[in-house]
Amino acid sequence: MNINVDVKQNENDIQVNIAGEIDVYSAPVLREKLVPLAEQGADLRICLKDVSYMDSTGLGVFVGTFKMVKKQGGSLKLENLSERLIRLFDITGLKDIIDISAKSEGGVQ
Amino acid sequence: MKNNADYIEMKVPAQPEYVGIIRLTLSGVASRMGYTYDEIEDLKIAVSEACTNAVQHAYKEDKNGEVSIRFGVFEDRLEVIVADEGDSFDFDQKQQDLGPYTPSHTVDQLSEGGLGLYLMETLMDEVRVQNHSGVTVAMTKYLNGERVDHDTTIKNYETN
Repeated sequence: MNINVDVKQNENDIQVNIAGEIDVYSAPVLREKLVPLAEQGADLRICLKDVSYMDSTGLGVFVGTFKMVKKQGGSLKLENLSERLIRLFDITGLKDIIDISAKSEGGVQ
Repeated sequence: MKNNADYIEMKVPAQPEYVGIIRLTLSGVASRMGYTYDEIEDLKIAVSEACTNAVQHAYKEDKNGEVSIRFGVFEDRLEVIVADEGDSFDFDQKQQDLGPYTPSHTVDQLSEGGLGLYLMETLMDEVRVQNHSGVTVAMTKYLNGERVDHDTTIKNYETN
């Protein structure tokens, strides 16, 4: 039930890899990591390949991150989403608001 | 409707770290009943949403409460009841805040919460919410093919 958040920053490009379950327990940990990154107004790419579970608490964290990034003039991309995660963004309508992808646009990682 | 059921009951502290334990148990029960992978994942989200509400509510009230969960295993369906002991919160208001979002929502209109009830409603076949001294959420998911009508509505029962 742990979550692992790995951050690699190259000037204005930030790559974040998340592994584990995002729920009411781990969402605050994730938020704490993402808020300072979003505040930099950087281009944030978040890989969700190793996220095995996520519910509305996770959606809330990404909505918060998205709002902060927009405010600071940066960008947010969620990548490598499983079918399950895409469905979650789809049924909540967030798919058309936040940039999500089943693939990674950064090429080979 | 078939009414012979096996019941599995759990009581956990109303703390975030226990929601995952409930999911693990649910996963075992649902998998034994023959739900598909996707159905089990839907169940996990819906039940977690109810537990998250209970835990966050207890946290706001600064109470060391408990969350009770009962799995009713029927031949044709799984019923999950999640009950907390806290004072009830305003589900009517919550329901008005229900998602989903549309592209016409501005960034400022996006809220970090409020999708939980919507997800329960979307992912389960039936959801009933009861507000009395605490909040009780009863959710049902039918085994595939047992149900023709899949319209889900959240029914709100006030018992005061």
